[in-house]
This record gives sequence, C-alpha cells and structure tokens, in this order.
Amino acid sequence: MTPVDITLTEVAASLALVAIAAAVSLWRRAELEGDLAVAVLRSFLQLTAVGYVIQAIFDSDSLWLVALLLAGMVAVGTFTARGRARRVPGALRPIAFALSAAAGVTLALVLALDVFPAEPRYLVPVGGMVIGNAMTAAAVALNRLGDEVSAQARPLEATLALGATSHQAARPLVTGSLRSGLIPLIDQTKTTGVVAFPGTLVGALVAGAEPIDAVRLQLILLWLLLGSVALAGLIATSLGYRGFFTGAHQLREMRPAEE
Amino acid sequence: MTAGVFALEGVCASRGGRSVLRDLDLEIGEGATALVGPSGAGKSTLLRLLNRLADPDRGTVRFAGRDVCDLDPLELRRRACLVPQLPALLPGTVADNVRYGPELCGNEADVPHSLELAGLGRSYAEREAGRLSVGEQQRVMLARALALEPEVLLLDEPTSALDSRTEAGVEATLMRLVHEHGVSVVVVTHDSGQARRLARRTIDLRPEAAG
Repeated sequence: MTPVDITLTEVAASLALVAIAAAVSLWRRAELEGDLAVAVLRSFLQLTAVGYVIQAIFDSDSLWLVALLLAGMVAVGTFTARGRARRVPGALRPIAFALSAAAGVTLALVLALDVFPAEPRYLVPVGGMVIGNAMTAAAVALNRLGDEVSAQARPLEATLALGATSHQAARPLVTGSLRSGLIPLIDQTKTTGVVAFPGTLVGALVAGAEPIDAVRLQLILLWLLLGSVALAGLIATSLGYRGFFTGAHQLREMRPAEE
Repeated sequence: MTAGVFALEGVCASRGGRSVLRDLDLEIGEGATALVGPSGAGKSTLLRLLNRLADPDRGTVRFAGRDVCDLDPLELRRRACLVPQLPALLPGTVADNVRYGPELCGNEADVPHSLELAGLGRSYAEREAGRLSVGEQQRVMLARALALEPEVLLLDEPTSALDSRTEAGVEATLMRLVHEHGVSVVVVTHDSGQARRLARRTIDLRPEAAG
C-alpha cells in the first residue's frame, strides 16, 4: 500500500461539496447553514487534534498511551450514550462496563488470534471503531429500553404481582431493546458492498491497496464490530434493566427525565 | 384462607412525590374487606403495599403476623395476589396466561379449574387473550391470579371497566370464592353499594374518616 500524501489545499477543495449543501439549504430555506459551518469547523478541529495525538502515540510506540487514549474514548462514549439513555436509572455504570468490555475483549482477541500486531497503528483505530459503534448500540438499546419500560409499566407490574422476578418480568423488553441496538449494524453488514461501500474499504482503495486486500481488511473489521457491538448491547441491556427495579423486585416510579 | 391477615402500623406512603397515606393504623381480617374513598385517597397505593409492589415511607405492614419486609416478596405475592384495575395480559392464549404464574415457581396450573372459578368456561382456554372483551380479559386476570391458589386476592376496582350485567357476574364470582373456597378478598372500590354487597367490613380511606 502506498502512503497517502494529501495537502491542506486538497482537503480545502473538498469543501466545495459542503458549499453546495449550504447553497441547497439557503435555496430551500432549511436553515442548516449554521449547523453545516459548525460541523465543518468541529470536524476539522477535532480530527486535526486527534491526528496530532495519534501521531504522537505512533511515534512513542507506547501501548500504555494507547490504553490511556482508549480509556478516554470509553469515558466520552459513556457520557454521550448516557445522554441518550436518561430514562434508565443508573445507566452510567452499565454503559461504561459495556464499552470497556467491548473494546477490551475485541483487542485481546485480535492480539490472541494474531489478526493485527500489537502496535498503536492497529490498536488505536480498531479500538476507536469498536468503542464508537458500541456506544451507538448501547445508546439506542438503552433509549429503547427506557421508552419500553415507561410504556409497559402496567403490564410489567401486573407480571411482578404474579410472583415474577424483575428479570423474568423485564426479559421481553430487554430482548426487544437489544434487537433495536443491534439491527442497524446487522443490516449494514448484510448490505455491505451492495448498498454501500464501508469506510475502511473506501479508505484502503483510495490509499492504493489492492481490492482483495482491502476487502479482507474490511471483512476483519466488520466481523470484529459485529461481535463487539453485540457484546456491548448485551451487557448494557442486561445490566441496565436492573436500574428500573429495587432489590425486592419492585418497579421504581418513573419520572419523565430520570437520571 | 388460613392466616391471611394484614396489619398496618403507622404507615405513611407517597405516590408520584405526593403523600397519600399518613400514619395509617388498621387491620384487615379474613373474608371480604372493601377499601373505599375518593380518587387520590391512597386505595391503590395501600393495595400495592400489602404485597410489596411498593414499600411505605414509614411504618410496618404485617402479613399473618410477620413484617412483609422479612418475607420473600415473590412468595408473598403468590400468597396475596394482586389483580390490577385494568387488564394487562401477556401475548398468547388464555391458557398461556393462566399457566404463567404457576410456571414461574415450577408448578403446573389447573387451567380449566381456574377458568371456572373465575366464571369463564373451559372453552376459553385456547382463545387469544388479546381478542377478548374487557370484561372477559378482567376475568382472565382473575383466573391467572387464582391459578396461584392464593390465600388472599387483592382486587383494584375489578369491575370499573365493566357494564352492570358483567359487574354482577364478577361480584357473584367473588362471593363464591370467599364463601365456598375460603379465599380472602381485599377489594378497592369507588362504589359504596358494591362495598356493601361484597364485604363484611368496609374501610374508608378519606382523611376525615381516619381513626
């Protein structure tokens, strides 16, 4: 694979397409120009900063710094997902555990099976990708769980009244929420290469990789993602539902914006 | 009913952040007891305290002489089973619903017997629960509670969604359960006439009626 050499001028030229989007927004009075400008500015600043951080980590070749960076990503991902799961009481801990386990197990497996070498160049992007997708899955699943428990409070309590444990009563809702969290990635995996070209494949091809090599790399990442995101969703929902119940298998009173 | 007696001592409870029961002392004996009072008087809250679907902010609830907090809540809910005000059935057939409670503790339900006790024929067993009328669903709720063979039934306005003919049928069923099968019943009702028809004792939860 040939190294990619892209100048700032080339990057700036791609803004022409954003200008078209802004023009469409102005023409249709969609009032998205401000959001577009913020999105462009934030993506530039955040990615540039991350680029320098990653460069420094690659240069240091320190696995400790990789662990520190990934821990930071888990922390930010946890708080972001918690913001989407506000109706789930005590959601912070299940989400943190789900994201940490997804990243930890995936990277451990990648190293144990010798999929990638133990170098920052591989661990940082794979870890980041896993954490990002796990965050989305956990947030979607827990958000759905909060809505379901709120909407189904009456049947839930009727089931508890028959002597069901909170686990038995919540099981259908937990299963449904887990499916909600995983289905987008499963559908994306099913249609990959047919409906959309995944980012890694596009990046590798643009960077000059042979198509078959690019496809193999993409397959590794897709399958790693499927497993890790399923794990994150499972942990987040399996632990997250407990926040709705007391130790005596009572459904806690729901408040509209419960923390 | 063998020992299904509740006693409340100094019970305070709130619902939705609002205090609904204050320093309540009362005893509920065997047979049928009606809880009456206006909306918001805490009738449904009291029912939920009796089988620990909720806990009081203060005070003690005793069942058969023991603090309910010292009992296994799941066991307590099978012995003193609550039937909520509105039907909330599980997806599936009537029989699926009736079997659910006993299966949770590894027992097999006598579905035809439970249906007949609740005033439904055994022909209902294989019907889709969600396709029944509200009155029929209410009886399925009763049947699935009875399948647990409880000592006490806690009924939250069991006839509020029913027409007068169906209401009379449910009342007759409850009377039969109390008098022929020895099940104790605590029934929440808005209707003082129903309280008189069903219950040996009526407890008025209006604040001014306390004491």
